[in-house]
Amino acid sequence: MSDERGAKPGGSQDPGTLLERPASRREALGLLLTGLAAGARAIAACNPLSAATPEERELELLEWEEFTQKHYRRMTEEERAETIARLERLAKLRHNQDVTIETTDAQPGVVFGYAFNISKCKGYRRCVEACINENNLDRRADTQYIRIFELENGVVDLEEGDATYQHEVPLEGHFYLGTQCFQCANPPCVPVCPVGATWQEPDGIVVIDYNWCVGCRACMAACPYWARRFNWAAPDVPPQEVNPVQHYLGNRARKAGCVEKCTFCIQRTRKGRLPACVEACPTGARVFGNLLDPDSEIRWVLAHKPLFRLKEELGTEPRFWYFTD
Amino acid sequence: MHLRPFLASALRSVTTGGRGYHLWMGSLTAVMLLGAYGYAVQVREGLAVTGMNDHVSWGLYISNMAFLVGVAAAAVILVLPAYVLHDVDFSRAVLIAEGVAVSALIMCLAFVTANSPGLPFKWWRLTPVIGLLNWPHSMLAWDVIMLNGYLVLNLAIPFYILYSHYRGREPARKKYVPFVYVSVMWAVSIHLVTAFLFAGPPARPFWNSPLLGPRFLASAFTAGPAFMILLLGFIRSHSRYPIPDAAFSKLATATTIAAQVNLVMLLSELVYEFYLPTRHGVSARYLFFGLNEHRALVPWIRTGIALNVLATVTLMIHPLRRNPRWLMPACALLFAGIWVEKGIGLVLPGFVPSPLGEVVEYAPTWVELCVTAGIWALGFFVLTILVRVALPIELGDERSPYLEQPAAGRVTRPREARLRQEAFRPVRTR
Repeated sequence: MSDERGAKPGGSQDPGTLLERPASRREALGLLLTGLAAGARAIAACNPLSAATPEERELELLEWEEFTQKHYRRMTEEERAETIARLERLAKLRHNQDVTIETTDAQPGVVFGYAFNISKCKGYRRCVEACINENNLDRRADTQYIRIFELENGVVDLEEGDATYQHEVPLEGHFYLGTQCFQCANPPCVPVCPVGATWQEPDGIVVIDYNWCVGCRACMAACPYWARRFNWAAPDVPPQEVNPVQHYLGNRARKAGCVEKCTFCIQRTRKGRLPACVEACPTGARVFGNLLDPDSEIRWVLAHKPLFRLKEELGTEPRFWYFTD
Repeated sequence: MHLRPFLASALRSVTTGGRGYHLWMGSLTAVMLLGAYGYAVQVREGLAVTGMNDHVSWGLYISNMAFLVGVAAAAVILVLPAYVLHDVDFSRAVLIAEGVAVSALIMCLAFVTANSPGLPFKWWRLTPVIGLLNWPHSMLAWDVIMLNGYLVLNLAIPFYILYSHYRGREPARKKYVPFVYVSVMWAVSIHLVTAFLFAGPPARPFWNSPLLGPRFLASAFTAGPAFMILLLGFIRSHSRYPIPDAAFSKLATATTIAAQVNLVMLLSELVYEFYLPTRHGVSARYLFFGLNEHRALVPWIRTGIALNVLATVTLMIHPLRRNPRWLMPACALLFAGIWVEKGIGLVLPGFVPSPLGEVVEYAPTWVELCVTAGIWALGFFVLTILVRVALPIELGDERSPYLEQPAAGRVTRPREARLRQEAFRPVRTR
């Protein structure tokens, strides 16, 4: 990771009111923006036409703050807490949902890896379904992070595969290969972002700050595995189906105009659980674990099974391997 | 002291004109309003109202952006000879070229904004310090810097020259020539950076070619001067603005050479992709021949190449190139041909098939067509305004009212001022 700027929390200097000490340029500009936001807020709050009820007024104020919000990696602990409180309140105001949004950091000594057994997968797509439910994916646009390709035996060419099959599986003489974000060790989608809205976490997960993303889609053009999805319209998730356990960098509510992707279920895996797709797989084709733990199942698979990865020649070093029994 | 009358006379120049002028500006305004309506729909509903999707994630907006960056960069074809090599024939045309660059850049920025839903409100994130401009890693960050910098250069240099002339002074070479040198290098870089935006990531083999940058330059130096010839031809026939024949013949020669180089590069790409086809060439196969029933771009690219070849051959024949009756249509065909080749034939097939081999075709919706037409109208609107302001000043029709009656304390006498005014009339910067 070459970008260290985001690692240091800004604004945690010695206390004291602003007037008593010299402010840095960044701090001054930050204050200026906050001031502008406050001004806009005041104007919006005075406008009798824009908001009828106190809730609507509050919603408007909170939505304004989103535009002036800092980059996630530049927030101090307090700013993070404020942001989370605001996002949780927004979920309540917008959809009357009680959600918890976590900011669990990467656990030390953990780098996640994934292995997919093409001998076992039968193409049931239970993983796809679990992923949609776990990650609050847009039901209207039918967004899916996982793609299951049906391939004829003996052919390992995705161009020959069919990812939109609609028939009973498994089909005689065919095997199934699933793709999703491979959390590449050398991700081509990260450097292309003009505003640094996407980056790789220490545990290897490539994440997006949905609020910081400007929606230019340069990362989508740069991904060799077609792993990124865009919110072409405001995503639609039926209120009763929303997964309320959320992570800021994971399955929290997205807005129209930002890019999203698989995060190995960051909201689960950082707390020691398995990704939803692994848990849902009825055939045991999916193996997930800590690559730095020599006793993990994934390490055993990597050591004992014949392996391949997709497009290795690109040097992206996916942390996602395919293996056979 | 001169600035207020300068702005007033500029306003007068752009608001007065014949019936044809008002009709032209009125039609452009109507198309811009149509574009604004399309954009309003897009803002309300999201980009779902466009033909773009997760497979083809860039469409008409980025296509036009890539093409227009080239048109903007091509101003260098006139800037370099006029300012650096002191070519007298281009001394008049160069201001027009800079006006074309400004309007093309405004279109580029508008297309980028139309493409990125977050930009109208979150643009400040692209600024260093308060935002987080991911420079130097991101090619798009480079592009933001290059486009805006080139826009500033192409506004500032002509403004200084026009404003000096308006005040009856000869612009001081010391003050603007250093910036001209910067802008010459900047022009080449702006288009290379845009090419690298596509060529950089290996995910899209169709773009991931070292030839893409040079090919962008070749096509830019074809389409840009071709448009300049058309525009200068129009200006010469509709005003007293003296543009020498030599300017046309030199521009036509430059266009012809660039068009030939562009075709050579096209040929070498075709050989690379089709002699012994590999996986790399699957997008090219989609573009030129179609993949099974998916052939949406085939008629476009074949028409585009036919236009290019026809126009290039016409320009290669000396008597035809020297005859405006042949030169002008050839330039129009060339401009259209390059737009098809670079706009439709470059950006879109990069996404087909997807990196995982799925074929999803793209067709723009009416919203995209309206917004695109609106942005083009905006560009022509800006260009018309710029030309309209520049011409009377360069013709000496518009001069600061303070020139003839020098203010108390100024040593200049009216006669001297008039003389100075006369002095630069035939040839500007020498």
